[in-house]
Parts: sequence; structure tokens; C-alpha cells
Amino acid sequence: MPEKFDVIVVGAGPAGTSCALVCAQNGLNVLLIERGEYPGSKNVMGGVLYRKQMEELIPEFWKEAPLERPVIEQRFWMMDTESVVQFGYKGLEWGVEPYNNFTVLRAQFDQWFAKKAVDAGALLINETVVTECIVENGKVIGIRTDRPNGEVYADVVVLADGVNSLLSKQLGFHKEFRPDEVALTVMEVINLPKEKINDRFNLEDNQGCTIEIFGDSTKGNLGTAFLYTNKDSLNIGVGTTLSSMIKSKMKPYDLLDYLKTHPMVKPMLAGGESAEYLAHLIPEGGYRSVPKVAGNGVVVVGDAAQLVNAIHREGSNMAMHSGLLAAETVIEAKHRGDYSESSLNLYRQKLYDSFIIKDLEKYKDATHTFENHPQYFKEYVPMMNKAMSKFFTVDGTPKREKQKEIMKSVTAERGTIKVIQDIYRAWKAVK
Amino acid sequence: MSTNNIEEKQYLLRFKADTKSHLTVMDDDICATKCPDKICTIFCPAEVYKWEGLRMQVGYEGCHECGSCRIGCPYQNIKWEYPKGGHGIVFRLA
Repeated sequence: MPEKFDVIVVGAGPAGTSCALVCAQNGLNVLLIERGEYPGSKNVMGGVLYRKQMEELIPEFWKEAPLERPVIEQRFWMMDTESVVQFGYKGLEWGVEPYNNFTVLRAQFDQWFAKKAVDAGALLINETVVTECIVENGKVIGIRTDRPNGEVYADVVVLADGVNSLLSKQLGFHKEFRPDEVALTVMEVINLPKEKINDRFNLEDNQGCTIEIFGDSTKGNLGTAFLYTNKDSLNIGVGTTLSSMIKSKMKPYDLLDYLKTHPMVKPMLAGGESAEYLAHLIPEGGYRSVPKVAGNGVVVVGDAAQLVNAIHREGSNMAMHSGLLAAETVIEAKHRGDYSESSLNLYRQKLYDSFIIKDLEKYKDATHTFENHPQYFKEYVPMMNKAMSKFFTVDGTPKREKQKEIMKSVTAERGTIKVIQDIYRAWKAVK
Repeated sequence: MSTNNIEEKQYLLRFKADTKSHLTVMDDDICATKCPDKICTIFCPAEVYKWEGLRMQVGYEGCHECGSCRIGCPYQNIKWEYPKGGHGIVFRLA
């Protein structure tokens, strides 16, 4: 192993591997360090991989990557205890090239992706924890690992160490995250024969469906549940902000079992065999929680930089794109021979000019708004269910009268002014 | 069968446990005297923390390394490190 690299990337997830891949493709000497037995062995995701940002790294990746199903239908459920209001979109254009997104199983996908970086020339070292950045004269010049004589040096260190980025915290780029800045999510992979999945979700072999479930799936707490179709398994999971989990004193696995046995969900899982159970934190602080992302000899990418759009369940794509932007910056910095903060701040600028920060900025108040105003999940979802039930139950009441009754019951529960305030507040948070 | 409790869920997983814990409750007195809820025993998704009357038992071997305890402990009383390279949980699927 040479003593010094052009770039050391800490973490072989989507952000780190993307950065390592592009740097290696451009002739840089890259060390990619992963703490797990193999890339993906520590990584968890609900399961949606977006085509666009992946394609920018590996054109036509769908022809060879280990993917589950292209998603052709996205459903949204507003669920009460014994009912659900549904809407969604299904389109065959998502089932053909170039596709929109895919379900994936990360342990397999991440290994395949990391191998692409290795094929491009990056050196991948597994089973190695980076314990700290080596800082000299205010500049990061390398890393210390938990291996004997485990110091390695580089012009730039890329921190792709995920939601628990102890390294960027050590550098003082951010304080410890608060419980309302992260979502605790648990999921299970449940094996189910392909034919059953196709029948239950109304799909063909190479078609997938995602369902996002709001309301009773989190017992009205701020969060969502999801049910995604793989080839011959389902991913079912649920998460809320850690602060909601604490406030409501819920055990996450009890919430998952509540969801799995919910009458709206249970029939879809019937006969399934649990194959894996996974817990993970999602950085959901959004725009206001993005830490400092560039310093002398160091940049921060992916979850470590809180780059997740929780409203649109986008994360891995932002991770990949941030990895790409970091790589472009490092390559330009090498040409200039300047790895100072002002040089690497180009990465920050690229990030803020991209869809990533623009989207996070758009929803900057969303988590905060919904956390502090629990009525959206706790009251409006059941109200919607009651309204639909009333409106579509034929009992001889004229429709105009029904409409009046529904409006009356909504304003009676919340009060007219409050309803108007609620609508305005929600609109402001997502506009 | 689909699992219906945490023991069955944890049983699905592969762990390569280190001999040394990567999680440390720094002061059991704080748990005993200041923290009536012992909320980590509730929100930890792997039921790693169990209160034994005088001290917190830490079953680090079943930890998912999610980080919730470090962030969620109301007294920042948990020292949280990554397990040694190659150790800890090994996800095989998602």
C-alpha cells in the first residue's frame, strides 16, 4: 500500500463509492475504506434507487446491476385503524427504458457498485474503521484506522461515513444531531413467491410497486411506513422521528408488528417468511441541519451531510450526486494543486446550485411544522377516512346534505379558523 | 412464518461480535437516579439495553449500530463507538 493517496474515501455506500468511482476513472489514486465485512453489510435502505443519478455514473446500469423490480406504480395510503384512503400513479412508461426508479436490496447492490469503483482502479479495503482524521496545522492530511500502523495520508479525505458521521463531528463540522433531526426506521424483508406478489399487487414479473403509508401506520406520529415489492420478497418498514418515538414511548419493533398485523396490510403479507430485520437512522433534519461540507483537505457527502429529502423519500440519489460533485471538485483541486478550504468550497457551491440543496431548501420547514403540529397525521387522516366512508355509503341521504355534514364534522373537530390555519401552514411548509 | 416479537427478529440476523463492547453506559448512577423512564430500554430497536435494578445491562452483541441511543439518551450518558472493523452486525439483504 503506498503511503499517500490522492483521495481517501471513508465509507463504501452510495456517496463514497460514487466519489471513489469518478476519482478513479479520472486517474486519481483512490483508497476506499469500508468498516463492514463487505460494502452493504452495514447499509440499510427502504429500497428505492433512482435511475437518473445512478445513470450519470454508470450508463445503462440496469442491464447489469443487481436490481429487484422497476417501479411502475407508486401508491399513497392515508390509513385509519380499519380503513384506508388511497391514491397513486401507475404508468407503463416507468416499466421500459430508461425507467424511473427500481427497488433494490442494498447488501447486493452496494457490493456490485463498489466493484465498479475497484474495476476503475480504486483500492477497496474492508473491515477497517477510521477512528479519526489526522489534522496538522488546521488541515486534514490523512486518517487513522483501527489497524496496526493504520495511518494513511492523502491530499483530500472524503467523509462518506453515513448518518453517524463521528468524523465530521470530531472535526467540529456539526454538533451531535438532536432526536428531531433523525428518523428511527425499522424494516423486515419478507420472502414471498413471485406469483403471489404479482397477484396481490397486480403486477407482471418485471414490474414493481411502492406504497407509502401515513396515519395509523405510525399511530399518528410524525413518520411513514412503506411496503415495497422485490422480485420474490417484500420490504416492509416504519419509522418516525426519534423524538416522536421517545415522546410516545413506542418500541419500534412493536410498531412494525402493529403495521404487519394491521387489517389493511396483513393480507398482503400472508404466508410470507421473514428473512431479515434491520434498523437504521435516517438524517431528516433537512436544509437547516446540513453541516459544514468542506474544510482544508476534507469534504462531507451523502447521509453524513444530512442530504435526504424525507418528503420525497430521496436519499441514495442525493448521496450519489453529492459524491459525483465532490469527485469533480477534487479533480479540479488536483489540477490547481490546491486543497485548501477555499478551493474545496467549490463542492459546497456545486451542492447548493444542484437539485439537492434546492429541494432541501424547498422543504426546510416541513419536518419542523409536522413535528410541532401533530394534527396532520393524528386528526386529518382519520377525518379523511370518515369523510370518504360517509360520502360513498349509500343510505338515502342526498349528496349535498352529506357534503354539508362532512364539512360540519371537520370544522366541529378542529374549529373553522384552525382548519384554515392548518391548511395555510401545511401549504407554506411544502410550497 | 413472519416474526412477531423482537427475539424472533434478532434471530434472523448474523452478528460477528467483538469480545469488547462498543457501547458504554458511562455512569449507572445517572440512569438510577435521574432517568425514571430509561427510555433507551424502550426505543432501542434491538433491545440492547435492559435495566437490572442497579445497572444497565448492555447487550452490544445484538446492536444494529443505528446510533439512536447516542442521540436519544437524555443525559448523553452513552459512549458510542463503531465496533472494530469487520465486527458487529452483518446485513445480508437490504
